[in-house]
Amino acid sequence: MQLTGAQALIKSLEQEAVEVMFGLPGGAILPVYDPLIDSSIRHILVRHEQGAGHMAEGYAHATGRPGVAMVTSGPAATNIVTPLCDAYMDSIPIVVITGQVPYANIGTDAFQECDTVGITMPVTKHNWLVTDSQDIPRIVREAFHVATTGRPGPVLVDVPKDIANQTMDWYWPDSIDLPGYKPTTKGHSKQIKDAARLMSQSKRPVIYAGGGILKARAAEALKELVELTGFPVVTTLMARGAFPDDHELCLGMPGMHGNYTAVTSMQQADLLIALGSRFDDRVTGKVGAFAPEAKIIHVDIDPAELGKVRRPDVPIVGDCRRVIEELVKAVSSDKAKHEDDEAAWPSLDEWHTRLKEWQRDFPLVYEQTEGGPLKPQFCVDQLRDHTPDDTIVVSGVGQHQMWASQRWKFNHPYTFVNSGGLGTMGFAVPAAIGAKVGCPSRMVWAIDGDGCFQMTAQELVTAASERIPIKVAILNNAYLGMVRQWQELFYEERYSEVYLSPDLPDYVKWAEAMGCEGIRVDHAEEVEPAIEKANAIDDRPVVIDFRTDYREKVYPMVPAGHSNDEIILDPAHDSFGER
Amino acid sequence: MAATGDIQHHIYSITVENKFGVLSRVAGLFARRGFNIVSLAVSPTEDERFSRMTIVVDAASAPLEQVTKQLHKLIPVIKVMELHPDDAVERELMLVTVKAEVDTRSQITELASIFEARIEDVGFEAITIQVAGRPDKLDAITDLLTPFGIVELQRTGQIALPKLSRSQQRLRAVKTRGA
Repeated sequence: MQLTGAQALIKSLEQEAVEVMFGLPGGAILPVYDPLIDSSIRHILVRHEQGAGHMAEGYAHATGRPGVAMVTSGPAATNIVTPLCDAYMDSIPIVVITGQVPYANIGTDAFQECDTVGITMPVTKHNWLVTDSQDIPRIVREAFHVATTGRPGPVLVDVPKDIANQTMDWYWPDSIDLPGYKPTTKGHSKQIKDAARLMSQSKRPVIYAGGGILKARAAEALKELVELTGFPVVTTLMARGAFPDDHELCLGMPGMHGNYTAVTSMQQADLLIALGSRFDDRVTGKVGAFAPEAKIIHVDIDPAELGKVRRPDVPIVGDCRRVIEELVKAVSSDKAKHEDDEAAWPSLDEWHTRLKEWQRDFPLVYEQTEGGPLKPQFCVDQLRDHTPDDTIVVSGVGQHQMWASQRWKFNHPYTFVNSGGLGTMGFAVPAAIGAKVGCPSRMVWAIDGDGCFQMTAQELVTAASERIPIKVAILNNAYLGMVRQWQELFYEERYSEVYLSPDLPDYVKWAEAMGCEGIRVDHAEEVEPAIEKANAIDDRPVVIDFRTDYREKVYPMVPAGHSNDEIILDPAHDSFGER
Repeated sequence: MAATGDIQHHIYSITVENKFGVLSRVAGLFARRGFNIVSLAVSPTEDERFSRMTIVVDAASAPLEQVTKQLHKLIPVIKVMELHPDDAVERELMLVTVKAEVDTRSQITELASIFEARIEDVGFEAITIQVAGRPDKLDAITDLLTPFGIVELQRTGQIALPKLSRSQQRLRAVKTRGA
């Protein structure tokens, strides 16, 4: 069967079971948009290519399936660099198709030409420039394989316009030949045994669960390991929901804005079991002072993560789910073998008690006074308490993100979508749209900041026109809040370029202009009715403009570059920065 | 460059797929971290699907370890080996044009013969010599030729293969798997 390269591309995407793609057409990608009309694939027309990339990410986050975005050459390709980098940092499988100027014109400064493959090389797991239409099915198959296996990540396929028009003989490759790509998924059995042995000696263990748990669909396995060992778990920003917050062994989020118990448990641990986490600087604080007494078991599918920041005592390369399942077996047999050994598997009662005391003495605090300014934490709490348990929460980057992570109770995996590694402001609205497209029956709430919202809000036009009823809660404190917080604490309250105004833009009018319902909330007593009203609307997006107290800061906080022992608690606590 | 630890010569032998753009991916990993590549030689191997890159880089070991792990992650990279200088056969080729007047020419040809170099081209006032050997041999003849006046000089960069049998165990394969 003879097809054009463009037809072969669309057919290849169908072969990969793509049900939806996010994109925006333009000159160089025109040939590929034509066969799309006859395809079963749903296309969502975005208003900016960055939106397409983040939607693909949100879709992938929520469903575990690769998100697909398609845009044209030049400025469209550069506009999607941010989502690629975001996906690269957070290991999100997305496949981006870009148009390119005709092959012969590459390198001539042709209209809308840019070196897409060169520009995206450092922010993709791999990318391809198609030089022959006959290669298209093979490259698409390879692209999806690379994006979704091993450590997942973004890939890009750059398709010159003439290649898309060139005919080819259709085939679908039945195998993949990538001799340099063979991810290790099974953990080394001796290392697993060593890990179990180390675990048997620990009196103050902490499981340091990262985003790899979610990527590996390992939440169930993790729960089994926790229940077998009684080891407490911290869930990083990328792993919120990987272990249920309502479990008594869940300590919540560690790191710069982690809660006291999560942060301090790691500092005082004698063993950290890092599962799909990468010792990010936002978790460790000053590396030299991080968890000084802890031995480290580090499990990751990416060998480059092992020893990158902290040298593990037991490194294990492998898929988190497979390794955890093997660990469960190894722990069970170690326990049976050392039943009479008093030193093995000591009681953790003392450790559990200490953790409970911290949780009691150093909870997250804020106060919503009657008639006082609206507290952002109160808004998040109310949202949490008046939405279904399996609501998908999507956040941007900044204070609102930290409050969302701190205060929500994530009891199910894949319920929190946010930009962790890259910290991409403007992520929430498009990512929420992608998540809702992937999970149409679930309620999707974006918790956004006013600064973030203004970066990508136009995608609500996409949501309204495509009838994707997401809900957006703007915690509008009229500031670039996190920057303001740093300027207040570390720059002697010299506020430089952080004020945004609560009224400009008028968020309600803006929402309405974009085909959404707009609601303004100034006072605490209006919060719940506004949420209930938003929840009841299912035919268009809703935006709530929560006018929150700009003075509110995210606590606890470990100042950048400091030891996690120097955690600053909310001034409302009596002991300030002391243990 | 703010590097930690001792800066040393490291020789990498990297087997890659013989496709366009691979060199750029490999070089990018070094460039991104501010490592200067001292020399680089690339050519197809005995199997035409693959090329071998020999890269010499000066860097401290710790940050370099991360680079090698990242190299493994590149999809077209098949194998990465660090070759310890004691355990590798290293060779390099140099072409050097030296001023050679009538009265100095015989001294230069004499030097060339000591180093088993070949005279490749002769002009009225200069000759071009080809020397092959270990990099330190090339350094030595360069030093000795300098007083005569070096007009132009070009080295190929090192190529290297592991020494056979007796030293195999010291050859450090830095794992061949990507993720």
